[in-house]
Amino acid sequence: MFNDTSFLTSRLDDAVGWARKYSIFQYPFVTACCGMEYMATACSHYDVDRFGAGFPRFSPRQADVLFVVGTISHKMAPVLLRIHEQMADPKWVVAFGVCVCTGGFYDNYATVMGIDTIMPVDVYIPGCPPRPEMVLDGLMKLQDKIQDHGVSGKRVAPEPRPDLFEA
Amino acid sequence: MNTTSLIESLTDRFPAAVTSSHAYRGDATLIVRPKSLVDVARFLKEDPALKMNYLMDLTAVDYSAFGKHPTPAFFTSSGVTVKPSSEIPDEEPWPGPPDEGRFAVVYHFFSTTHKHRLRLVVPVEESVAQVDSLTALWPGADWLEREVWDMFGIGFTGHPDLKRILMYEGFEGHPLRKDYPVKKRQPLIGPTN
Amino acid sequence: MEKNSPSPETAPTPRGDPAELETRDMLINVGPAHPAMHGIIRIVAKLDGEQIEDAEVEIGYLHRGFEKMAETVDYNGVMPYTDRLNYVSPLINNMGYCMAVEKLLGISVPERCHYVRVILSEISRLSDHLTCVGATAMELGAFSVFLYMIKAREYLWELVEKVTGARLTVSYCRVGGVKADLPDDFAEPCRKAFEETRKVLAEADGLLTRNRIFTDRMTGTGVLSVDDAIGYGITGPFLRASGADYDVRKDCPYAVYDRIPFDVPVGSKGDNMDRYLVRMEEMQQSMRIVETALADIPPGPVMVNPETGRPIPAADMVDLAKVGDIRAISGRPAVVDPTLEGASRAEYPSIAADEKRVFLPAKEDTYGNIEGLMNHFKLVMLGHGLRPPKGEVYFPVEGANGELGFYVVSDGEGRPYRVRVRPPCFAIMSALPHLLVGGMMADMVPTFGSVNMIGGELDR
Repeated sequence: MFNDTSFLTSRLDDAVGWARKYSIFQYPFVTACCGMEYMATACSHYDVDRFGAGFPRFSPRQADVLFVVGTISHKMAPVLLRIHEQMADPKWVVAFGVCVCTGGFYDNYATVMGIDTIMPVDVYIPGCPPRPEMVLDGLMKLQDKIQDHGVSGKRVAPEPRPDLFEA
Repeated sequence: MNTTSLIESLTDRFPAAVTSSHAYRGDATLIVRPKSLVDVARFLKEDPALKMNYLMDLTAVDYSAFGKHPTPAFFTSSGVTVKPSSEIPDEEPWPGPPDEGRFAVVYHFFSTTHKHRLRLVVPVEESVAQVDSLTALWPGADWLEREVWDMFGIGFTGHPDLKRILMYEGFEGHPLRKDYPVKKRQPLIGPTN
Repeated sequence: MEKNSPSPETAPTPRGDPAELETRDMLINVGPAHPAMHGIIRIVAKLDGEQIEDAEVEIGYLHRGFEKMAETVDYNGVMPYTDRLNYVSPLINNMGYCMAVEKLLGISVPERCHYVRVILSEISRLSDHLTCVGATAMELGAFSVFLYMIKAREYLWELVEKVTGARLTVSYCRVGGVKADLPDDFAEPCRKAFEETRKVLAEADGLLTRNRIFTDRMTGTGVLSVDDAIGYGITGPFLRASGADYDVRKDCPYAVYDRIPFDVPVGSKGDNMDRYLVRMEEMQQSMRIVETALADIPPGPVMVNPETGRPIPAADMVDLAKVGDIRAISGRPAVVDPTLEGASRAEYPSIAADEKRVFLPAKEDTYGNIEGLMNHFKLVMLGHGLRPPKGEVYFPVEGANGELGFYVVSDGEGRPYRVRVRPPCFAIMSALPHLLVGGMMADMVPTFGSVNMIGGELDR
């Protein structure tokens, strides 16, 4: 009776998606320069709270969006992965800044060439660092993605893409 | 004390230890034998006329590729060497890196009393790769020496706890050596290149 | 009454000597993913009750190979990497690196360029101290101070953006000059921004300096004596709070700092509170420096030369050059980039060294005549550009955290042979175990906050 296309569940999906996207509990995994722009975005001038994402949780158990902000080195990568694994589903990952997206211009022995080689990523916000406006744009894209993710169906999380790196 | 008298006072005091000296662009530099490093450093710190109370910086240079590594370009290099302007007093060319040894450990000292700076260069053979530690004189040398060990693989005799500082355990090689490829990754997780 | 006084039977037996009780040390791991550790430091502390007996500090989580990367690019190409060393005050890093390479080359820059660099370094220092004090206050619970400080920082970043075109990673300096001149009437937005900043500072001062919660946690914690500070190689506000007055700007003056009056605040106790007060006062002094420098700065060239006519857009200039109409464009300033106020000032001579082998020609030359085009081409092609003579130099500037020195070795080729930066907070971090041991666990937060650890600079 209540299959995926029924009226009731699709309304429920909408309602849950709406509630989720405006109550983002984020875990800011801040390491480097991008953290300064992250601070600027989070504070009064750009006010990320307008999007319901103003409440950082520093415990992965209580967060549903992982903001990876700043270069991830090989020394840091296991820590990041562990944080991601500790988060409860459904969870989303935002790659903030070009170092997190692709490694940026730190193409050397120390740096992970994009965190999508080790974990799935939902939204990429490039820029070195991205301007706050761009961060807000990325956040809105993430909200759309959260809205589309229903409560009844299992969320199809993106896969890590280590093969990108091999090419 | 100006650069000339600074260099003279040390060459007079340690004639055997100082192999050569120069002042390039106003930076007084002494090349010192590794054996006498601690003695010279202690003298720098304690002598009232020098009073070098700061060990500002401690680093190393791998001279193995010096002058042997021309910039790759489509055409032969035709860049023009810039001549120093007339404001700079000593126009003597730089005598070059220390003659012996692949590495040079470079110390920068500063005195807050006399406001003078001095650079000590200690040549280190690759086969030895060992210098005496200055941790007994400056506690700040601790981390700096660990960094040189991490990046260049030069050991420091007498260091209390010489281990990697910036890289992780399990990382092989020393990344700032000239023969370590820039992109040679040794990831803990994730794909290797 | 009787109820409260215990009867001899039920009275607790007197406890034994505390020394005989079984006590165990506890190891507690803080970080690297911990908000108070700013994301990239790990401290393993051995605790006896609440007291730290031993602490081990692990760094390197943000090591991204600055020194190795600097060996792979040309001299001006290092500039973006220097931005990301101390990313809260990138202009000071730019300036330090440029002045080191200029010392190696033996060239000097025009006076106006010095002033421009000084003005922007001091604005950077302001934003650095604002972030440091704001973050420390936030970690001690004063969240509103953090919001106010970031508000002031936004005003300053708007200034930086006006000049450089970027908010944070500016890459503004070039070897031998700066990218562009100050925009017209820079003094006016500067005055407004400082007005806001002064308001914020007064507000923060009112909220923090006599606030019991704040002062109780800052006073007497993280104490460092002058001798220890010098032994660890600590410089900057951290040293000055301990009582020594060493400041590179005063003691080894560079650029035009010897001509600008300012005071160096010095603390006496060397605790966290003194460091906070020193930083607060340094911000006032930085604003004073900028205001003096803006008043003293030698005038730049007039924007429009009445003899050569109005500046024309660079694209139009290219079109005119294509059809060979050299007469129409020769000697005219070009409007380079309409979005970047700073760069639309085409007149370079006042902000760049008069040295064709180092600095890119002005855009009207690049677009307008073959010599300028060749000059530009030679400088930007790999292997054809800037080649300093063989040599090694060390040049220190006063960074926001202390002496920021660049040690550059050249082998006479187009790329630096070795670039070493002396990161000021590396020395402070190496003293952190010393600062923490003996204190309470909760003191770790204000002490670490007052270090102003900047990962890019610490781990490089």
